[in-house]
Amino acid sequence: MEKNTSCFFSNSSPNLVITCFVAFITIILVRFLYVIYRTGKPLNKRTPQQTLSTLIVLGSGGHTAEMINLLLVLQKDRFTPRFYIAAATDNMSLQKARVFENSLADSGVKGISSEFMQIYRSREVGQSYVTSVWTTVLATAHALWLMIKIRPQVVLCNGPGTCIPLCVIAFIFKVVGIRWSSIFYVESIARVKRLSLSGLLLYKLQIADQFFVQWPQLQRKYPRAHYVGCLM
Amino acid sequence: MGEARDGVKVKRVVFITVGTTCFDALVKVADSQEVKDELYRRGYTDLLIQMGRGSYLPTKSTGDDGSLAVDYFTFSSSIADHLRSASLVISHAGSGSIFETLQLGKPLIVVVNEDLMDNHQSELAEELAERKHLYCARPLTLHQTIASMDLNSLVPYSPGDATPVAKLINRFLGFPEES
Repeated sequence: MEKNTSCFFSNSSPNLVITCFVAFITIILVRFLYVIYRTGKPLNKRTPQQTLSTLIVLGSGGHTAEMINLLLVLQKDRFTPRFYIAAATDNMSLQKARVFENSLADSGVKGISSEFMQIYRSREVGQSYVTSVWTTVLATAHALWLMIKIRPQVVLCNGPGTCIPLCVIAFIFKVVGIRWSSIFYVESIARVKRLSLSGLLLYKLQIADQFFVQWPQLQRKYPRAHYVGCLM
Repeated sequence: MGEARDGVKVKRVVFITVGTTCFDALVKVADSQEVKDELYRRGYTDLLIQMGRGSYLPTKSTGDDGSLAVDYFTFSSSIADHLRSASLVISHAGSGSIFETLQLGKPLIVVVNEDLMDNHQSELAEELAERKHLYCARPLTLHQTIASMDLNSLVPYSPGDATPVAKLINRFLGFPEES
């Protein structure tokens, strides 16, 4: 008898584990396919009074200037609160964003709420590949921590490499149901003939809900992109 | 103009900027007699070089002996002022410097840094050169560009507009169109 029950248990518990595991994988897979299906599909109508928390990824080399040109024309009362993220080694970008937010406050835009954050980069220019394994782990953990804190509904980015982990995490949040977000990517004006690596990844993996390019040549090459003319 | 009538030469400044980069190849070629002579021949009186993180130091000159006056500095918080007072700007290919200069309506020669590994920056300069908003050169061809350029044939750049992107983003998110 004893032998039988023990046999029964030892047989059933792996089965149970396997069943749970398969069910879990199936749910995640279905959810994953649903997110893929929904990506790029416009959201339902909403009232103009609704607000969306917005993550804005900045970067040196012209990225921040282009992003601020976009923010100038976006409705500040809809896209609020705003969270700015720049690489920890980039001193200028957050400074420019602060100047921009202060100018909004001075010009009387009400209900301003903005935060400025720095993020570790997985690899600095010239860093060796051996040490970059460790820094990549660190940078990913940091990105996850920031994203858990922010849980944005809108992600705006235009090129710097730091946007990749953030966008991937935003996508995973959609799959596991932590937060639904819409990801917008504007390829930098400096890219005329070829996409940047960040742009190519977000385009090919279909992580970005809408993908904008600033030159017609690029739109012909990447037909799912929207050509919107120059931002600068 | 008043100064000119009094017999004092009107200052026509050429401003060279490399931004935050290191672009010794441009500073070196700008300091060459060939380029300086060509600039002087085209009627420029002063050459001001913002040399960034580069290590090559140009030779300073007061320009008293009937040649180009040359001066340089590494960084400045008032790049915009230097751009505004320049008659000709020679810049590295960074999009920040390019659009800041174009939006001030200054004649611009962009010099592409051939030493950069991932040289996507030449794409932008070449595209804007094709649209006749600026001249695009390499360090070794700069003096030819200066000699042959016709600033009257340049087309003024009209600033871009982010409202199409903003509209698409709003539409995607389901916000009503603004009337």
